[in-house]
Amino acid sequence: MSKQTKFPMGIDSKKISGELFTLTYGALVAELLRDLESPLAVNRQLDKMGYNIGLRLADDLLAKNSQIQRCTDMHQVADVLAKVALRSYLGENVLESVTAQVSNWNARNDEFSLVLESNPLAEFVEVPSELAQDLRYSQILCGAIRGALEMMHMEVQTFIVQEQSQSVEIRVKFIRILQESVPPGDD
Amino acid sequence: MQRVGSGKQGSILDKSLSRGKSEVNFSTFALLFAEMIRYANNRSNTVSDLQDKLLGYGKFVGSRLLDVIVLREKGYRRETKLLNMLMFVKGTIWKNLFNKEADKLERSNDDPCQYLLIEKEPIVNTYISVPKDKGNLNCASFIAGIIEAVLEASNFPCKVSAHWHDGTTYIIQFEKLVIARENALLELTR
Repeated sequence: MSKQTKFPMGIDSKKISGELFTLTYGALVAELLRDLESPLAVNRQLDKMGYNIGLRLADDLLAKNSQIQRCTDMHQVADVLAKVALRSYLGENVLESVTAQVSNWNARNDEFSLVLESNPLAEFVEVPSELAQDLRYSQILCGAIRGALEMMHMEVQTFIVQEQSQSVEIRVKFIRILQESVPPGDD
Repeated sequence: MQRVGSGKQGSILDKSLSRGKSEVNFSTFALLFAEMIRYANNRSNTVSDLQDKLLGYGKFVGSRLLDVIVLREKGYRRETKLLNMLMFVKGTIWKNLFNKEADKLERSNDDPCQYLLIEKEPIVNTYISVPKDKGNLNCASFIAGIIEAVLEASNFPCKVSAHWHDGTTYIIQFEKLVIARENALLELTR
């Protein structure tokens, strides 16, 4: 992934059709459901894939947004996640941009919710009712946030609190600062 | 707890169709696609297994995209002529997916059932480094799947495969009846 210079010619260098993205993700979830049978196993796999993506996105984000400073508390972390990270990686709709609201801080200020009002992963998507109880369709987002923050030496827990047709609420809980760890590799 | 698509919200069909102008960052797509390939690779034994899986993903995407694009761009009128259909794939479909047309469309000299769609740099191959032992793996199989699904759903049964030739070439092999039908249609209008 190191070659940043060679973007495909012709297309608006760094954007791709949101629908292609949505449907590709849908193809992945459908395949996982076929392969793994249990929705809980699908959640786990999506989380793992998200984690791998997050590890790499963290570098990408920092390389392209030099204005981001070192975060000293979770409020700053939440701000960067909501206003920069989700916005640049889940794309900007021409009409409305995807941003997340940060809310529901707990008393110790180490736990918050990210609420995405329009979740680009879930456009066109209707989860059948027999799966709706267990399947976390957008679980990959949790994995990505966890992976990205781990690259910043922060261990967090992430899970989906609720997921309605177009909105998703992700809970992020700070666990500890990771000291001098070897950067996690692939898989 | 209310979940995706549960009763009160109404069905997804009650919502109006978006205008399809949304875009996402290419990095996000590239990384997601890479994860999908890694997953498919872990679950397949041979290169052709893997390509079949990618083709399958593409078909999933293509069969869903066709309706949306035909509705938006053509007022739900489908193409019935082969050449128009191929131009629709090369032009409209490609523009919707990648913001540009595919590079070339050619008809094979040897086989009247074979057409070639050529793309110099398919974006799905941009970041993929193919390992040496899997020399002829082409991740554009995913796009081949999209083409195949679109053509089949429009009643032009065919097989599409991706090859390394002149960049990436999608070989579209139509079934004989498609060409026979096309010729009969030409006779009629003459």
